[in-house]
Amino acid sequence: MLKNREELRKAREMYSRYLKAEKRRVLVCAGTGCVSGGSMEIFERLSELVSKRGMDCQVELKEEPHDNTIGMKKSGCHGFCEMGPLVRIEPEGYLYTKVKLEDCEEIVDRTIVAGEHIERLAYKQNGVVYKKQDEIPFYKKQTRLVLEHCGQIDSTSITEYLATGGYYALEKALFDMTGDEIINEITEANLRGRGGGGFPAGRKWAQVKRQNAKQKYVVCNGDEGDPGAFMDRSIMEGDPHRMIEGMIIAGIACGASEGYIYVRAEYPLAVSRLKRAIEQAKEFGLLGENILGSNFSFNIHINRGAGAFVCGEGSALTASIEGKRGMPRVKPPRTVEQGLFDMPTVLNNVETFANVPLIIKNGADWYKSIGTEKSPGTKAFALTGNIENTGLIEIPMGTTLREVIFDIGGGMRNGADFKAVQIGGPSGGCLSEKDLDLPLDFDSLKKAGAMIGSGGLVVMDSNTCMVEVARFFMNFTQNESCGKCVPCREGTKRMLEILERIVEGNGQDGDIELLLELADTISATALCGLGKAAAFPVVSTIKNFREEYEAHIYDKRCPTGNCQKLKTITIDASLCKGCSKCARSCPVGAITGKVKEPFVIDQSKCIKCGACIETCAFHAILEG
Amino acid sequence: MDNREYMLIDGIPVEINGEKNLLELIRKAGIKLPTFCYHSELSVYGACRMCMVENEWGGLDAACSTPPRAGMSIKTNTERLQKYRKMILELLLANHCRDCTTCNNNGKCKLQDLAMRYNISHIRFPNTASNPDVDDSSLCITRDRSKCILCGDCVRVCNEVQNVGAIDFAYRGSKMTISTVFDKPIFESNCVGCGQCALACPTGAIVVKDDTQKVWKEIYDKNTRVSVQIAPAVRVALGKELGLNDGENAIGKIVAALRRMGFDDIFDTSTGADLTVLEESAELLRRIREGKNDMPLFTSCCPAWVNYCEKFYPELLPHVSTCRSPMQMFASIIKEEYSTSSKRLVHVAVMPCTAKKFEAARKEFKVNGVPNVDYVLTTQELVRMIKESGIVFSELEPEAIDMPFGTYTGAGVIFGVSGGVTEAVLRRVVSDKSPTSFRSLAYTGVRGMNGVKEASVMYGDRKLKVAVVSGLKNAGDLIERIKAGEHYDLVEVMACPGGCINGGGQPFVQSEEREKRGKGLYSADKLCNIKSSEENPLMMTLYKGILKGRVHELLHVDYASKKEAK
Repeated sequence: MLKNREELRKAREMYSRYLKAEKRRVLVCAGTGCVSGGSMEIFERLSELVSKRGMDCQVELKEEPHDNTIGMKKSGCHGFCEMGPLVRIEPEGYLYTKVKLEDCEEIVDRTIVAGEHIERLAYKQNGVVYKKQDEIPFYKKQTRLVLEHCGQIDSTSITEYLATGGYYALEKALFDMTGDEIINEITEANLRGRGGGGFPAGRKWAQVKRQNAKQKYVVCNGDEGDPGAFMDRSIMEGDPHRMIEGMIIAGIACGASEGYIYVRAEYPLAVSRLKRAIEQAKEFGLLGENILGSNFSFNIHINRGAGAFVCGEGSALTASIEGKRGMPRVKPPRTVEQGLFDMPTVLNNVETFANVPLIIKNGADWYKSIGTEKSPGTKAFALTGNIENTGLIEIPMGTTLREVIFDIGGGMRNGADFKAVQIGGPSGGCLSEKDLDLPLDFDSLKKAGAMIGSGGLVVMDSNTCMVEVARFFMNFTQNESCGKCVPCREGTKRMLEILERIVEGNGQDGDIELLLELADTISATALCGLGKAAAFPVVSTIKNFREEYEAHIYDKRCPTGNCQKLKTITIDASLCKGCSKCARSCPVGAITGKVKEPFVIDQSKCIKCGACIETCAFHAILEG
Repeated sequence: MDNREYMLIDGIPVEINGEKNLLELIRKAGIKLPTFCYHSELSVYGACRMCMVENEWGGLDAACSTPPRAGMSIKTNTERLQKYRKMILELLLANHCRDCTTCNNNGKCKLQDLAMRYNISHIRFPNTASNPDVDDSSLCITRDRSKCILCGDCVRVCNEVQNVGAIDFAYRGSKMTISTVFDKPIFESNCVGCGQCALACPTGAIVVKDDTQKVWKEIYDKNTRVSVQIAPAVRVALGKELGLNDGENAIGKIVAALRRMGFDDIFDTSTGADLTVLEESAELLRRIREGKNDMPLFTSCCPAWVNYCEKFYPELLPHVSTCRSPMQMFASIIKEEYSTSSKRLVHVAVMPCTAKKFEAARKEFKVNGVPNVDYVLTTQELVRMIKESGIVFSELEPEAIDMPFGTYTGAGVIFGVSGGVTEAVLRRVVSDKSPTSFRSLAYTGVRGMNGVKEASVMYGDRKLKVAVVSGLKNAGDLIERIKAGEHYDLVEVMACPGGCINGGGQPFVQSEEREKRGKGLYSADKLCNIKSSEENPLMMTLYKGILKGRVHELLHVDYASKKEAK
């Protein structure tokens, strides 16, 4: 229990010393992605082997390391998820990719003991072997600030967080700054909400500070409902103390003494890491009553979601914490005035809070030197889709799409052509080739009819059917709609109905116009953000890829050959031996012909089940 | 200097006078802004999105949840707004039962009204309305989920006003529905039968149970003698649906109509109310005399309140009056009076109340398996029967009720409004029976539309403290305060806000109009020449006659020792 800032400083110095003394460190990626790839077995195996070799295997920085201490740590997400499971070796900074259990012996004997590099485990691109993590093109163009610890320190212990300067910002905020000064710094830095809204955090905090209430709350939105987004998950798993520190600082600034972290139910690892982090912070006296002797008290509780995307919306989230049905409510009153339990509440995203300690520590001017004028700082993105390097990246705001996709992402996979990129999840729009040089920041994207959202980026190649993409996202939105307001509940249902008809070949003249009319009504009249943004994928794909819609509707054809019901199955007469096997396998009797002569499929009867394709031994039946 | 605040609505300056949202201000300005889910006495829900208005920057705001500010400028009817309203209606109709002609609420449905108003002539989406999804388990209301537009008014009334919470939303998105716990039939839930949900429902998804056809059958049966009693609250609410003004006392025409329809004996529940006053005041005074008044005496004439008490506060049952309700007391007497008839006796009660249907069927009120009240018809059902019979109500000449039960007092008539029972009991209990004394009782604080009222009256050298609550949430809150130590001698509980005049079976009316009904009853009281129940000569006749030795058997009930409430 650290009773004052002197003791905190001493603790920090001590752990920092320990960290420096831990010459050899092995950081095994323990983010959910690599864990499901077997990284925990690798961790166990490596620890076992190191101990067997008679070396001191330290999994937590608790004591002064000896010379032969090997630090064996579970780190946060390294980010290079395509190449997982990942293992980083220090002090050299080697990054081993796609590590398997069988590789562990070699890693221990050659690298850990002898300091040699194992080339076959290194990342290779265009014939070049990259030994060190920092040289890899994927990392070179990134600016990992919020994610700086992920992959570099033990994600399960407070000691390494302290060792790298952790809780210094908290100290500064508690003893060297007033609430107003903290808010001014955040406002000056122009930290904008990283959950998608882009609302200036400083202004939000100032609004809460202004309210007169017995109790105020700080709530962290860790719901991260966008399919494919895992930035917040990685921060919660990999560097939980950073976001806890941010929350406490917000509490100091606004006068709140209770904090809640709302984590979606599907993130059990994040919940357990956060729980442990909170316990440890309490042990060290950085949470709880009279923190560091400052008279300021702050407690954090964790609330789990229950599988509703809509609970990522602020008022639905607070309703969920209160034990009520997760449905958004009308505003006013806004959350800053009457939020959780009807009290003034600061509700911010995980990444937003994770930015706070950096700003307090280094100052607003430093923060503004990164990114663009209106969107300073960095943003974490989950880069996924048909590119070479999928994973978790962090870039300065203003980086162009082209740089992200081609320089960091390594370009399109399998040499396919770039077609579109979906930004911001189911509420985001699709951008096409003409938008590749768009800078990624709040305002530029808004102008282009898209939005950064929470940071999910799905890159699509020319084999992707954009109508199907729209249908997929509309299906998601329809499932997740809470059902309260008419435009979202009924409107998205009808839009989905129309899109399903289109992909099944039953599109009608007037469907596109009706989709746009519905989209207009829903965006204008829906109650909450989920509804208001529900139609973006449809509207943006119609805007950028109208020909595809028209092909589906008028030609009953899917140009990318994806939509099952629009595929045509034909028998190549030059390959057909007339064995009649296909005709016998057809459940609807659509194939006819004379034995030893090419058979023919009656398109009007064909139900496109594909049974004939499977039975043909001569590969004479084609789908397209 | 004009200190008043103005805003512009469609270019016209309108004064802001403390309205809590734009919607109320716009309606006051004479514009019928459409809504489904807005209810002035419930929390703002904001789900139907029909009340959107356009602000000066071209953005849209929901009028129900935006407070008015000086200098605001909004438009209520632009091209965009019209388009959106029509689309929302189209979307609702595409998922709604469109068999209006056979619907219980045909002609009384908000969805119909707005579809007509906005000229919805074509619906571009496939009809996904489900088959009728009827829950007929309750004796008081009938639910049909296929007619629900999910406005949430029923949920909010049940939760916020009544604190019962028998229904709530279940599931998500387009599967969202109104459900009871585990989707049980509503009869098995905590529902107390107050019918406020039916009153709030804008469509036919929740309606009052229809017993009209059964009553017609009994009337046409040659072997029945059908008697009927009319509750006080009915006479001031029925007229509006039949061409009169709301609040107008139509008792004379009601009697005339019932006689034409074929009822044999027509009475007024106010007579039964007089009996209730006598029995209940005796009970109150006895409790005080015997020092058994740590807890107040709670009235028992409201069956929804009794049901609520049985379900939520069963420990209070020993303090609920053992008196039957006026309807039940009177029915016992009537059935006794005609017990020698060669015909089968059928007794019908016309009530403002849906819970009375449940009360009539209670085991406690059956004699040899036959209920004292065979059928309860709500005001709405009577309106329907009058219309069915072709009677032009407004042109009827008023007639008088039948003997031998043709006398009632003003104290009995005021039972229909919140505070009426208490005032009637106080009239009986005070020693000064002069008009001045009675007038001062009116001003003690028992009258008015407030949900919680308190008063105290001198009884000898003792102060009698009374409380009057209407709306079950108010009742619950008061009970908690009483449990925490606040003392009252008598507590009147009416489940419906404002009392029976706002019962679940009454025609729906805006809250400002409700007062007119209360005033109508107080006016009827003014016209009665006997003001206090004990002065009703019929009472003495009854106690010396039918009731001799049988007061307990015919006029009282034991709720407290009954283990099963149903």
